[in-house]
Amino acid sequence: MVEFALPKNSKISGGKTWPKPAGATETREFNIYRWNPDDGKNPSVDTYYVDVNDCGPMVLDGLIWIKNHIDPTLTFRRSCREGVCGSCAMNIDGQNTLACTKSMHDVAAGGAVKVNPLPHQPVVKDLVPDLTNFYAQYASIEPWLKTTTPTPQKEWRQSHEDREKLDGLYECILCACCSTSCPSYWWNSERFLGPAALLQATRWVTDSRDEATGERLDNLEDPFRLYRCHTIMNCAKACPKGLNPSEAIAELKFKLVERQI
Amino acid sequence: MSGPSSMRTPLARVRNLGSSHTGTGDFWRQRVTAVAMALLIIPVIVVVIMLLGRNQAGAAQILGSLPIAVILLLFIIASTWHMKIGMQVVIEDYVQNEKLKIASVMANNFFCFVVALASIYAILKLSSGV
Repeated sequence: MVEFALPKNSKISGGKTWPKPAGATETREFNIYRWNPDDGKNPSVDTYYVDVNDCGPMVLDGLIWIKNHIDPTLTFRRSCREGVCGSCAMNIDGQNTLACTKSMHDVAAGGAVKVNPLPHQPVVKDLVPDLTNFYAQYASIEPWLKTTTPTPQKEWRQSHEDREKLDGLYECILCACCSTSCPSYWWNSERFLGPAALLQATRWVTDSRDEATGERLDNLEDPFRLYRCHTIMNCAKACPKGLNPSEAIAELKFKLVERQI
Repeated sequence: MSGPSSMRTPLARVRNLGSSHTGTGDFWRQRVTAVAMALLIIPVIVVVIMLLGRNQAGAAQILGSLPIAVILLLFIIASTWHMKIGMQVVIEDYVQNEKLKIASVMANNFFCFVVALASIYAILKLSSGV
């Protein structure tokens, strides 16, 4: 059976409460998942207090503030801090999202801001998940234009209508919020491609310039790769870019039925 | 998922045994049987209400009607087929041991087939008045 409980060495125990910053008039509590691969201990949840008057409004601002002012060992990924790169995807207050676009004031007023790494992925350290499998799944859908016709002198042409069909698909930043929120992906992440890779697959299947549509559908037609999606819709709820991977996957299923009937 | 037990590349693990090129058939049949059941459920409820409180002779008389027998037979075929596919999906979701999974899927097939055949036999027996 699938493992419903955390393995023994992943059970969360204890945690340190760091002192409130001196001189702060208004603070916000952060409960942050900590795990260090080098100390042989189980993960813990540390409590920090952020001086909100000295800090930007987003959860990422809070994390950076903690790293700069309280605990430099706190580890997380971040880069663009404006929802474009997808590096700072994490589980905030029970919802996968980007720390840089989630305001700490949107987290239930008064309560602590709970920050955990993306669910059901191996943890490298603290809030950094190992996304090797996720990226390999993206590579497996061969996310590039495939053509047999000789490359034209200028560009591959596409009508405005066909270009519009890529809207809602091309915007994906591969932050992994959707895939790691999907129960089907939790149970079968080795075999189910997950919402992110499937949304990207739909992007290439839909592209009017691509000449390998059938081959792409062949590659996806599998009870595990595609049909583990049961339209649970956690992906659409989690997507920080407002995309709907469920709908994209339904589009793939429709195309597969269409070519049979 | 860089398990120490495997030195295969992540892409090799994802590609694994390749695509089976199946699943669309079951996906389509699951929808067909769902729509069939949605259409049949009202007539089936009506028949069940008609059968309430009757003895075997009365039931045999009602089921002797061709449309009624056909409605019930269609409902049994649609629902057991739907049940078989649905249960298989649950098994594939949660049972990860390959041998146990194959055994469970096989047992599910047997169970659904037996339920279907027993129900069909019962209706045919009653409707033909044997």
